[in-house]
Amino acid sequence: MAEVEKTIEIAVLRYRPEKDTKPVSQTFEVPFTDDMSVLQGVQYIKDYLDGSLSFRWSCRMAICGSCGMMLNGEPKLACSTFLREYYPGTLQIEALKHFPIEKDLVIDASDFIDKLGSITPYIVPAEPRSVEQGEYLQTPAQKAQYDQFSACINCMLCYAACPQYGLSTNFTGPGILALLHRYNADSRDGARETRMEIVNSEEGVWGCTLVGYCSEVCPKEVDPAKAVNLNKVNSTMDYFLRFFASGKGAGK
Amino acid sequence: MSARDPYVRPMTSWWLKNPFYVRYMIREATSVFVVLYAFVLLGGLASLVKGETAYNAWLASLANPLAIFFHLMATAAALYHTVTWFRVSPKVTPLLFVGGYRVPDGLITGVQYVIAAVLYLIIFTVAWT
Ligand code: SF4
Ligand code: FES
Repeated sequence: MAEVEKTIEIAVLRYRPEKDTKPVSQTFEVPFTDDMSVLQGVQYIKDYLDGSLSFRWSCRMAICGSCGMMLNGEPKLACSTFLREYYPGTLQIEALKHFPIEKDLVIDASDFIDKLGSITPYIVPAEPRSVEQGEYLQTPAQKAQYDQFSACINCMLCYAACPQYGLSTNFTGPGILALLHRYNADSRDGARETRMEIVNSEEGVWGCTLVGYCSEVCPKEVDPAKAVNLNKVNSTMDYFLRFFASGKGAGK
Repeated sequence: MSARDPYVRPMTSWWLKNPFYVRYMIREATSVFVVLYAFVLLGGLASLVKGETAYNAWLASLANPLAIFFHLMATAAALYHTVTWFRVSPKVTPLLFVGGYRVPDGLITGVQYVIAAVLYLIIFTVAWT
């Protein structure tokens, strides 16, 4: 297909810790064709215009979750968004909101990674079975209970969409709570009680005020807002069950 | 020595920076009108307890143009809240399946709109006649 080459203006918010005290915008003229992604545009800048520009990417096919950036203020995967959507006009690129900027478009994800490790992000068998006893069986209906929540690629777009996380990183946040629910909703799992402690805590689902933007920006239709908010119902039931079980208020 | 110096961006006036946030803030702000309206109703109840003159005075106060303006504003706020709340309500409902198929969020919201519309109609007809 013969493509007409056009040029788009891309303004990148840069931050070079060794010389910038705060982020500054730098504009580049980038030639592009209709089949080029924003990631390819950024790669063009690095290859031909300014080799010092830093950003993350790997798969180029919306599955590794490393290329999340703010594109004109919206959190998106740079590899699955086309430059042509922003033409004519200026495309403003900024590192994912609500995370500290390490350099240019690279954010510090350690808070997310730490939280990911804290939720027992694996199945703890409800009843241990030996290899001879065979696999754990699950009906399609049981699988459907957690399926969508298992589609998360840890891209953190939902964190960049969540003002509550931006205001306080104590909040566990949408993606991790969705993942937590993915394991709690799995019929084979037996660690629900441990995870409910995180759900019920101040930093858990109650930190959410149902802005709902997380579900809007999620590239995998995980619907983290749903996972968080139906766990408010679970958390309330949990509280009352323990209340009645102990005959008094449940501590936390 | 580490050259790291991560930059944390400020959150000042965050809610103005995305139309989605603005709509959310309006949804939250509508609750102010709901509270104020609850006080108006409470005043009505209190006057009813006090007797006929007090109640009539309360009714008359509602005819004040300012009171009418407030009620129009409160109606608009309540409508906005209803519409947007029903839209997010599927987020609170557990995953529903009918005949093995997931009930879509849009249907959950739609059914609530229909129920609300029917109820409003009934209430208006009863109040009018
Ligand atoms: S829930 Fe969606 S937006 Fe959030 S990290 Fe997972 S895939 Fe990304
Ligand atoms: S590069 Fe892997 S998701 Fe974009």
